[in-house]
Amino acid sequence: MADNATTRRLPRVNVVMVLYLLFMLVPIYWLVNMSLKSNNEILSSFSLWPRDLTFANYITILTDASWYMGYVNSIIYVTMNTVISIAVALPAAYAFSRYHFMGDKHLFFWLLTNRMAPPAVFALPFFQLYSSVGLFDTHIAVALAHTLFNVPLAVWILEGFMRGVPKEIDETAYIDGYSFPRFFGKIFMPLIASGVGVTAFFCFMFSWVELLLSRTLTSTDAKPIAATMTRTVGASGVDWGVLAAAGVLTILPGALVIYFVRNYIAKGFALGRV
Amino acid sequence: MEKTVNHKAWLLVLPVLVLVAFSAIIPLMTVVNYSVQDTFGQNQFFWAGLDWFRDMLASERMWNALARQTAFSLIILAIEVPLGILVALNMPKRGVSASVCLVLMSLPLLIPWNVVGTIWQIFGRTDIGLLGYTLDALGINYNYTQGFYSAWTTLIVMDVWHWTSLVALLSYAGLQSIPDAYYQAAKIDQASRWAVFRYIELPKMAGVLTIAILLRFMDSFKIYTEPFVVTGGGPGNATTFLSIDLVKMALGQFDLGPAAAFSIMYFLVILVVSWVFYTVMTNLDKREGK
Repeated sequence: MADNATTRRLPRVNVVMVLYLLFMLVPIYWLVNMSLKSNNEILSSFSLWPRDLTFANYITILTDASWYMGYVNSIIYVTMNTVISIAVALPAAYAFSRYHFMGDKHLFFWLLTNRMAPPAVFALPFFQLYSSVGLFDTHIAVALAHTLFNVPLAVWILEGFMRGVPKEIDETAYIDGYSFPRFFGKIFMPLIASGVGVTAFFCFMFSWVELLLSRTLTSTDAKPIAATMTRTVGASGVDWGVLAAAGVLTILPGALVIYFVRNYIAKGFALGRV
Repeated sequence: MEKTVNHKAWLLVLPVLVLVAFSAIIPLMTVVNYSVQDTFGQNQFFWAGLDWFRDMLASERMWNALARQTAFSLIILAIEVPLGILVALNMPKRGVSASVCLVLMSLPLLIPWNVVGTIWQIFGRTDIGLLGYTLDALGINYNYTQGFYSAWTTLIVMDVWHWTSLVALLSYAGLQSIPDAYYQAAKIDQASRWAVFRYIELPKMAGVLTIAILLRFMDSFKIYTEPFVVTGGGPGNATTFLSIDLVKMALGQFDLGPAAAFSIMYFLVILVVSWVFYTVMTNLDKREGK
């Protein structure tokens, strides 16, 4: 019977999937293609692959501090944001998954509203807030600003994963004389390790892809790579080759981490509710 | 799961509350503050009451931006949701090919939004981009910086490219949770493919689909970076969505009062719609007894 069910749905060559994956990959391929051409070749001829393969665009980026510091800055604030978000979200998610307390439902929805807030609404107030406390153009400012949408997200995903852990485990641990912090660190954390991993991935992702807030809150010292990319527009026009190479390099970190969480991506996007 | 009543749980939520209060409530209060005041420069502010709100409600600019925004969100939802379901139904169920599909499909989701814009900006150019070049060679008049339809089509195709995988991934996760026994029962009953979809697969996907629609609505409604990079809101104002207009007003022209009033109404629209989805979602959760 099981065999029957699988053969029925076994794709010969699935046309829909092939077309869809082509649609996904062709624009990315084009970016890679451009990044391996010289600017001259890009503008003078049209070809489906680089005729005159060159890595000069990548070398430009990896040897110029004003370029590669953009990546370093981005990675610094993304990491800070991920650590902060998970650290504060863990106890909160535990509370939401285990207890009823005054106003819990309203609080939960209010948290979600911050995930909905358009960054454009917050750009100016954030700029003024962080300028007035002297944090403008620091990594921590961007990290804190991104907690606006990452903390609610982290609470949601972690709560979904924690719901899956039977409550009897908590109760048994307390009976055995575990204190709350010891129980949380020794018993509970290992049980939701995959949930923490997925949450970290999503915090990383949303902080990494965001531009409006990180650009508004920085000028030079903490400038993210996404903002650095705008400087390829020079007096002599756009340096397409370098722009494309910079783009390709921003895709790589995501492509690397995605492999590790591939089976949990959907659960994360579903805020832990699949 | 049965939850116990414990008001001390507030202590566990406190860190989140403090942090989000700092990063959400203080800035939001600034916005509210601006929305009811007027300034003649030199940091002197005067009480303006609800004038800005009245102004904005009477201004065609905001209504036009809202109309464009709504049209954009509805169009991308109408394309991405059915397409995402279709892709999910066609995905391999297990094995290496399933992993490969998952990774390749997720790629666009992890690209910084301005790079997404850059990719399509390049891809659509008639001189150096594959898409633009091909369309041009076919004799189609395509130019996303000049033509109204070209600009809209480019932005919609870009968004479909960027986010359909999200809908597909969620639907796929919903489909995976259907036990094989359901399909076997359907087979014994000689149910048609459509009946299997309508009465087995769709109900099982309802929960995740609500989340997908909620996320896609929220995010498309606050879209900024991608259209900004590709069209910059043009040609004319053809693709000036709410966020683009707002940033122009607040950071470009520094019209703080109107911009703040605009912000608040903008936020309220998203809030109301999302609340509806949220209610539907929690009701679905309850019905499934989760």
